[in-house]
Amino acid sequence: MPRLLGVDIPGDKRIEASLPYIYGIGPTTAKRILEQAHVNPEVRAKDLSSEQINQIIQAITASGLPIEGDLRREIQGNLKRLQAINCYRGIRHRRGLPVRGQRTSTNARTRKGPRKTVGVQRAKDGK
Amino acid sequence: MGRSLKKGPFVEMHLFEKIDKLNDSGVKRPIKTWSRRSTITPEFVGHTFLVHNGKIFNSVFVTENMVGHKLGEFSPTRVFKKHGSHTAKVAK
Repeated sequence: MPRLLGVDIPGDKRIEASLPYIYGIGPTTAKRILEQAHVNPEVRAKDLSSEQINQIIQAITASGLPIEGDLRREIQGNLKRLQAINCYRGIRHRRGLPVRGQRTSTNARTRKGPRKTVGVQRAKDGK
Repeated sequence: MGRSLKKGPFVEMHLFEKIDKLNDSGVKRPIKTWSRRSTITPEFVGHTFLVHNGKIFNSVFVTENMVGHKLGEFSPTRVFKKHGSHTAKVAK
């Protein structure tokens, strides 16, 4: 299990498939990076020489893409900004509702989470 | 689709002139506006707007990181309703 850029441990797969285990790298970016690093995408990740690993790391840093913690922080920062200025999108994020104008009467379960049934609530002293 | 960069951000002309005048004279007073569709430009920063939401005017103080948003984004047009709020009223 080779280590790339700190915590990431891609496994027994082709590097083409194991690079996307890094947060911020998808299949397309993985292919582009391997091309720039002149590494065959079909080699298993464990069979990489340390030289090749270095080349990949260099290609990733040279691409200037935010990765792992940096990317997570950037996304968090964006959310914070929207919520701090109190705009519509920020409010929707705060409430955990869809942000881009989708319907909420039905669906929207990804944002709202599991269904919570609300029954009729009466005041304690009868009606 | 986004707006063409060639045209620059859209700001209602009457609003822009008003802000120009206020910036020249240096006074800051709330600007009442119905123009929710106007983009906030750097000239707006530091002013207070009273943005109409269809019923009332919500006061919006413009800060630097609001630039690029529309005025209407800061003046919600809908009331957020929740279940159970009526029982709370009854309990009172």
